Amino acid sequence: MEGISLTAVGLGFIVMGAGYGIGRIGQGAMEAMGRQPEISSKIQTAMIIAAALIEGLALFAIVIAFMKG
Amino acid sequence: MGLLSPDPGLVFWTFITFGLLVFVLGKFAWKPILHAIKVREETIQVSLELAAKAREEVAVLETTRADLINQTKVECDGLIKAAREIKENMLNEAKGKAQEEANKIIANSRLQIEREKNEAIQSLKSQVAILSLDIARKLLEQELETTDKQKAIIDRYLNEVNFN
Amino acid sequence: MNHLLKILFIAILFSFNHYAVAEENAEGHNTAFDPLVMIAHHISDSHEWQVISYTNSHGEPVSISIPLPVIIFYKGQLHGFMSSAFAHGKAIVKKGTTNFKLYHNKIYVTDEEGRIALDEENHPINEQPLDLSITKNVASMWLSIVLILWLFISSARKYTTIPSKPSGKQSFLEPLILFIRDDVAIMQIGKEKADKYLPYLLTLFFFIWINNLIGLVPFFPGASNLTGNISVTLVLSVLTFLITSFSGSKTYWKHILLAPGVPGWVKIFLVPVELVGIFTKPFALMIRLLANITAGHIIILSLFAIVFVMKSYYIAPVSILMGLVMYLLEFLVAALQAYIFTLLTALFIGMAVHEEEH
Repeated sequence: MEGISLTAVGLGFIVMGAGYGIGRIGQGAMEAMGRQPEISSKIQTAMIIAAALIEGLALFAIVIAFMKG
Repeated sequence: MGLLSPDPGLVFWTFITFGLLVFVLGKFAWKPILHAIKVREETIQVSLELAAKAREEVAVLETTRADLINQTKVECDGLIKAAREIKENMLNEAKGKAQEEANKIIANSRLQIEREKNEAIQSLKSQVAILSLDIARKLLEQELETTDKQKAIIDRYLNEVNFN
Repeated sequence: MNHLLKILFIAILFSFNHYAVAEENAEGHNTAFDPLVMIAHHISDSHEWQVISYTNSHGEPVSISIPLPVIIFYKGQLHGFMSSAFAHGKAIVKKGTTNFKLYHNKIYVTDEEGRIALDEENHPINEQPLDLSITKNVASMWLSIVLILWLFISSARKYTTIPSKPSGKQSFLEPLILFIRDDVAIMQIGKEKADKYLPYLLTLFFFIWINNLIGLVPFFPGASNLTGNISVTLVLSVLTFLITSFSGSKTYWKHILLAPGVPGWVKIFLVPVELVGIFTKPFALMIRLLANITAGHIIILSLFAIVFVMKSYYIAPVSILMGLVMYLLEFLVAALQAYIFTLLTALFIGMAVHEEEH
């Protein structure tokens, strides 16, 4: 809790990266849905899967950060 | 970090409980529910198909009925037409026959008239001939009172006769 | 809806009371309120099930909790007693020649005086017995199991052989069941093979969802952090991993172990990556659920802790409003995480059972 640990800063960067990635996925999915609303359910599934993969990466980082303390 | 170290007791109980839950729900909930839903879906499908078929049949029946009505109408028209024709024919025939009869009668009358006229003419002719003869005789009796005159006439006739 | 909001509001007030008391308790013991301790206490498992704690008219802290059975296995011997025997960690329980003591909700083997030896990081170095106790999380899980069984078996009874229109809770649950069947199982696994995995997927979805919701109930018997506990998510993801691996088709294993259609030198990198991927996929599944649910609990608790950290009543409305917003978000997250866990499980199974047609 005292001072800023390097792990926390790294974690912040990772969350930023993951947030940006998921944001891009969301943007792409929204645009695709706008273009082809008839297959929006398929796009949504693909979007969630892609987002889940990036989220998984971020979660790994969080786990490692937790382990380092 | 306590948050990330699994607790063997909880792992054990979760495994047992969740396994049992999957088994019990699978047997007593999912199986009957999914089966019932499937049956219902199939029933709805079959009912829809039946309804579509029934609708088709109704449509077919409708067309058959319309056809029948049309056919009947046509037949009716035909019958009326035929009746009218028969009537016309009969009238025409009757008319023709009457005409013929009339014509015959007229012709007969005409023939009768002609004959009678001819007879009348004939009798008139014979009357005229008798009258003429009488007149001629009387004239001749008057003319041929002298021999000279007789002689002249005989000569003239003899001249006229050709001996060839 | 109005009714629901009222309940929610009362619930939040209730939890607010709960922590307000906690703070007074802390003051009574002449220690400052530490939100980390409160949060850690809330999100971790416990050997007793706290119903309510308050300060009575004499200014004494009173904590009503239900003692839960403790089952420990140590040196080939099974011991069972109620957790009240520990007296919140103050008493030593003597079973035969062994002494057990509760320290920070963990059971340790101690000597006669109940000494807990700590290392330099303040972690006890005492021996731990195999603890198979019915803890708060186990009890909460059984509560959810009873709820789930009642919900679905009573609905299942309504499905007779004669097809009928769904009614009551059936009409609420059926679209969800159909959603899992059509949009998750059949879409990811395929129509022929989905039936085999459907019971697991359905149970998974409703187990996670209902436990997430129970975790959101801020008073007894809710508020447990079951789906945010690594032991539970570990079991669920290990089951997913086992099902995925055992239903893997020849194509699936060939793609992982041989990576066909890839040049030789890439295989050297790709095969280990794929092999690691078999384990990282369920691992991510485990961490995702744990992190999302625990994070939700921590955020809500932190929002309420603001009041006691700031020591001001004026911050309370802000705290409650933000807490309410978080609560609504957590309702969404509860369903979403259950959906994502189920969807990804179905996806992994779908990838495993997929057989290439050539």
